Amino acid sequence: MAEFLQFAFSGLTVGAVYALVALGFTLIYNASDVVNFAQGEFVMIGGMTTVFLTLAGVPLPLAALIAVVAAVAVGLSLHRFAIEPARGASAVVLIMITIGASIFLRGAAQVVFDKRFHSLPPLFGNDPIRIGGASILPQSLVVLAGAVVIVVLLWVFIDRTLFGKAVIATAANRLAARLVGIDTRRMGSFSFAVSAAIGAIAGILVTPITLTSYEVGTLLALKGFAAAMLGGMGSAVGAVVGGIMLGLLEAFAAGYLSSQYKDAVAFLVILIVLFVMPHGLFGRAKIERV
Amino acid sequence: MAIKRLITALGVTLAALIAGGQTASAEVKIGAVLSVTGPASFLGDPEKKTLEMYVEEINAKGGVNGQKLQLIVYDDGAKPSEALTFAKRLVDEDKIVAMVGGSTTGSTLAMIPVFEEAQIPFISLAGAIQIIQPVRKWVFKTPHTDTMACEKIFGDLNRRNLKTIAIISGADAFGKSMRDQCVAVAPKAGITIVHEETYGPSDTDMTPQLTNIKGKADVQAVINTGFGQGPAIVTRNYRQLDIKLPFYQSHGVASKQFISLAGPAAEGVRLPAAALLVADKLPANDRQKPVVVSYKNTYEQKSGQPVSTFGGHAYDGLMILIEAAKRAGSWDKAKVRDEIEKTKDFVGTGGIVNMSPTDHLGLDLTAFRMLEIKDGDWTLVP
Repeated sequence: MAEFLQFAFSGLTVGAVYALVALGFTLIYNASDVVNFAQGEFVMIGGMTTVFLTLAGVPLPLAALIAVVAAVAVGLSLHRFAIEPARGASAVVLIMITIGASIFLRGAAQVVFDKRFHSLPPLFGNDPIRIGGASILPQSLVVLAGAVVIVVLLWVFIDRTLFGKAVIATAANRLAARLVGIDTRRMGSFSFAVSAAIGAIAGILVTPITLTSYEVGTLLALKGFAAAMLGGMGSAVGAVVGGIMLGLLEAFAAGYLSSQYKDAVAFLVILIVLFVMPHGLFGRAKIERV
Repeated sequence: MAIKRLITALGVTLAALIAGGQTASAEVKIGAVLSVTGPASFLGDPEKKTLEMYVEEINAKGGVNGQKLQLIVYDDGAKPSEALTFAKRLVDEDKIVAMVGGSTTGSTLAMIPVFEEAQIPFISLAGAIQIIQPVRKWVFKTPHTDTMACEKIFGDLNRRNLKTIAIISGADAFGKSMRDQCVAVAPKAGITIVHEETYGPSDTDMTPQLTNIKGKADVQAVINTGFGQGPAIVTRNYRQLDIKLPFYQSHGVASKQFISLAGPAAEGVRLPAAALLVADKLPANDRQKPVVVSYKNTYEQKSGQPVSTFGGHAYDGLMILIEAAKRAGSWDKAKVRDEIEKTKDFVGTGGIVNMSPTDHLGLDLTAFRMLEIKDGDWTLVP
């Protein structure tokens, strides 16, 4: 039983990280139909900027704030200078642009920061909390709580405000949204800014657990994307459920089957789910109206 | 018209490039393919800095055999396929006379055929024993092998009377290779491996694997083979799960960065490493002390970063090559190779090197020191 609990804690820890990355994918996809593969780089920028500012003597809360602002600035420029000029291009072209942007950001990070791994001090210390023979780090709970708070805020914002409804309208039908007076371009840049902020916050929260370096974004983007697909692209709840499921799958596969094949097991399950439910667990099929 | 002008411009540039290449050939070209970026950047980065600072120093003193050195460094990003491409470029275009580097085992193994065929002396800076076993005519290496690390750890286990162990290994080339070597030499040392786990090189949580190890009653000690950030996370998880068994890391994490990443969790971890890490703590009569202290001071002063054993491997590689070239009296590739093989009693940062036609590494177990991490610093285990 203690073993089961420990595997579950491990899965939750890793899953919460995936969930936060998946949330970023979801928002941009909703507002602009772009699958943003530079999402992992926002995570990296958040973590690395905070690390380097704290090393320079800036207090942690201020460093974290500056890191989020920096990521938002990068997100806005990405939208303004790379995505917006290519408006109207096919989805594949847009995805390629974001992949290019992610390679560029990784390269820039090597120069601006460095090539080493870094860590941040956890918010509530390093002493694990022990429950029923298993243990979990306080920081894992912080990450989980962060994911929940972000989902709730997003839901309130999207479902309860006029601006949020405008984002949904843009996602549903860009032309119709424009016709009723919505500035669709602003919705796009808004979604990039918020996604970047979510990514940066994720990066700051997970760095004490996962460590960070200029290239952590690649793997996180891959896993986050898989989580978003599993949960259903475009669904915030789906992103969180997908992320945590992926984390749990990996942990249980590593614990009960073989640590060598844990990634394979996780992706096999995702394939089966997508085979049965092509739009993911919480995704809705797109309806073409004639 | 525009096209014509373009072609002319290209032609002129090309001619200038060729001419430039010819004037530079008065210098002796030494090649290096290092993993300056990517997951093994903590190897390649200090290696590159070391080579650059010592080549500069040698040139300031007038070079070797009357010729100045030109160092050509390419960054393979720890990708063997890129290393192969750069190796071919070093041979075909740069026309190097000798090669130092190959930061990782994967890159080195990919490049070996190129230098064997071109008959160019190749001193690798990577760990695995496969590089020099079987012995290849043109290939040497400076770092200790994984086998030696395993034997050193097993020796320490025997002293503490611990006989049954578990291994958790990273699924990277280094982690896998060292795991294989440990499994191979364990019976000879009287050690039984009762349980094994693995993890991916960029995994962020290894508690499931460690939970399985914790659940095995007959495990008396745990060894983690791997490099990069993985072992730091394994060490943190080890403490998180409150496992009390003696814990050994490999020489792959022998840098201060490991201690800072693993934090308080690193306390009590033991690992085999070169004398360089404990330069200040070596007894005054240790033969390696002057060399390692001098290298450490030079490196730390010029780079502003703490010294790592990996940069030391590059120092050893370059110096073995330079000494051999001096003995050979020329930069003739075959003569230099023969002299490298005759290296005797060379005191480097990694140990005292005695090469032979059957041993292209030349180190023995005395080169490794068993260290324990105490209060965030290395201490020598007596």
